[in-house]
Amino acid sequence: MTVTLLPAQSRKVSRRSVLKSAALGSAAVLASPYVKGAYAAGSLSLGVWDHWVPGANKALTALCDEWGAKNNCEVKIDYITSQGEKDKLTAAAEAQAGTGHDIMSHRDWNIRIHAEVLEPLNDVADGLIKQYGPISPVAEYLAKIKGTWRGIPTTVGSQVKPCCSRISLYKEHAGIDVQDLFPADESKWDKAKIDTWTWDTYLTSAEKLYKAGYPVGLPMGQTSDAVDWVGALFNSFGVVMVDGKDNIKINSDETRQAMEYLKKLMAVNPPEVYAWDDAGNNRWLISGKGSSIMNPPSAWAVAKRDNPSVAADCWTHPMPKGPKGRFVGQLPQFYGLWSFSKNKQAAKDLLLYISQKSSVAQLVEASSGYDLPSFKTMYDLDTWKKVEPPVGTVYGYPPRGDEQTSIAGAPARSEVGAQIYNQAINTVMVAKFTQGNEKLDDVIKWAENELEGTLRA
Amino acid sequence: MADTVQTWTGSGLRGVAVAPSTLQPLRRFLGRHSTIAFLMCLPLMIIIAGLVIYPACFSIYLSMLNRAQTHFIGLGNFKFLLSRDVFQMVVEQTAIFALSAVLFKALIGLITAHLINNLPAKGQRKWRGMLLVPWVIPLALSSLGWWWLFDPTHSAFNYVLEELGFTEIPWLSQPAWARFSVILVNVWFGAPFFLIMYLAALKSVPEQLYEAAAIDGANAWQKFVHITLPMMRNIIAITVLFSLIVTFANFDIVQIMTGGGPRNTTHVFATYAFMLGIRSGDLPLGAATSLFMFPILAVAAIFILRGVRKRGREIG
Repeated sequence: MTVTLLPAQSRKVSRRSVLKSAALGSAAVLASPYVKGAYAAGSLSLGVWDHWVPGANKALTALCDEWGAKNNCEVKIDYITSQGEKDKLTAAAEAQAGTGHDIMSHRDWNIRIHAEVLEPLNDVADGLIKQYGPISPVAEYLAKIKGTWRGIPTTVGSQVKPCCSRISLYKEHAGIDVQDLFPADESKWDKAKIDTWTWDTYLTSAEKLYKAGYPVGLPMGQTSDAVDWVGALFNSFGVVMVDGKDNIKINSDETRQAMEYLKKLMAVNPPEVYAWDDAGNNRWLISGKGSSIMNPPSAWAVAKRDNPSVAADCWTHPMPKGPKGRFVGQLPQFYGLWSFSKNKQAAKDLLLYISQKSSVAQLVEASSGYDLPSFKTMYDLDTWKKVEPPVGTVYGYPPRGDEQTSIAGAPARSEVGAQIYNQAINTVMVAKFTQGNEKLDDVIKWAENELEGTLRA
Repeated sequence: MADTVQTWTGSGLRGVAVAPSTLQPLRRFLGRHSTIAFLMCLPLMIIIAGLVIYPACFSIYLSMLNRAQTHFIGLGNFKFLLSRDVFQMVVEQTAIFALSAVLFKALIGLITAHLINNLPAKGQRKWRGMLLVPWVIPLALSSLGWWWLFDPTHSAFNYVLEELGFTEIPWLSQPAWARFSVILVNVWFGAPFFLIMYLAALKSVPEQLYEAAAIDGANAWQKFVHITLPMMRNIIAITVLFSLIVTFANFDIVQIMTGGGPRNTTHVFATYAFMLGIRSGDLPLGAATSLFMFPILAVAAIFILRGVRKRGREIG
């Protein structure tokens, strides 16, 4: 028997009534284009992901101060580290307590997790889509819950995880010139050449590099770097774990094909990849031992400081193509506006302001190209062309050409996807098969059982 | 006009100009030792109620709600957890982790306590201080230090092994070694607690008992089995109980060193609860996971403490 209770956050005012009013309000706003409030005033507090790039926080602070001065609004920003998931813990505490910052940045699935206490932001999102064209499908999947935008994709901290390869090692040991394949000017990309960059080519080159003593470093732990690249590979082989209608689809020929492929690929990786956290692959590349990783340009940026000769030999470029296309793992962040915020109109104005292309350009520049907006029309910013060494090294970081963004767990409904992603079901499957040498049928059966558990969400 | 001079005497307030019939019960109430003790404990009781009892009750309540925290589902979360393969593995791992770590901590603590107890008094203080160091370093910090030693790619231990001509050990990437590593760190951290408790217990054993046993011709082992162990039974029971509870709830070591991997094979209740509750956003399921051992540990605590009381009465 189940007994209906009031949610924890709304004992005095029913959450339903708040959401209902909010939904009605947003519907009314949706009917007309977003109009900025003439005078925001008051104060706003933001809890924002603490950027690892020195100086990147300053760019956001400057933008917020600029907006605050124009609108006579005091903006206070707390930068919260993601080390030990402190940002997620803070968000969980604020959601539970019904008090805290006005705007909070949320990583990956956190918009889904806190959707019930987040203000609808259709007016801001739709305004931006109208201005800048289609938004990344991954961002839409993660932040548009049941037709309502509960978060606005940030530029700060949003990322994709394409290949970052050592130019000289690929040239010398695998006979592949990654700069020639993906020059720092999309108009010069040759489709015929790029079509040769497949997972089969990747495997052949990985085997050669392994023999030469410079293995590729692909993490197979349970953190996001591992989950993201395996998710992208699964997508390019056409693997679906759970579809949008709660059907478990993991027992398929596509899964078997991808797993057999991974068995060969993991054999030419260093054995410690099963214990790597998100910094493991970075360290592998920076140490000079590794020939390629799948990561945002953070590894390259640290190498620039710690091992400049490695940094000068790095080239970020699209992922290999599989039978069902070329996919890259994307991990956007979002700004969410708590429903208990006291200054919602001002918060929306600020979000709109920092999402403008001119603001985005400053944020991308401050992070040396690491931060990635969710609008493809913004991928023509100068930063990615000019960052060095070597010049244009991160030009291939934003998804270009036929590369599509993806996230492990999709296309299952996002409550289910969050469980699949955070429990790293895809990488545990691969590790069981490749490291644990379990039978493929047993691994698939295990995955089916785990996926069935996620449907409870 | 009544005398308004107030004087404090050993028996309390005197000379207050109010009717004695009204004040006497209050004076008696305040005069009781138990009342003063209660009033002095009250701030602590309020803190415990606010920071321990309320959160504990709230987490029990939370564990009985659905994911969105809108419906009461009774023991639904617990039933669901029991049906999952990974959770069954987590139960098994937590039991292995806690039981083996407590066993080794107790053994190492007992041996080192004996060694230190047999040192000349002058040298004891130095050794006691040094051996307590692992226990006083913040666990998160020391776990990080151990992680560097076990680092999957650049392990300091492996560097030494390689220099000595041995092969590398996959400390954190192979399930068996990863389990060994987290248990080792827990033992390293927790053994000093046993050491100090056992040392205190050893010091309280009357010397005459050993002298009498020596006269009867008992050897060192017989003295240990027939005098030391029986005299230490209570302190052993209490330290084991306390350590079991703390080890079953361990979070820092596993989270920092392995994050529960590889293949979920080092997850313990706390890290698995964190993954479900905070990372995956299912707070009720996370609460249910963290409460899973509560009834078992509570029953164990009742039996152990009952034994302690019984032995206390026998000695008394």
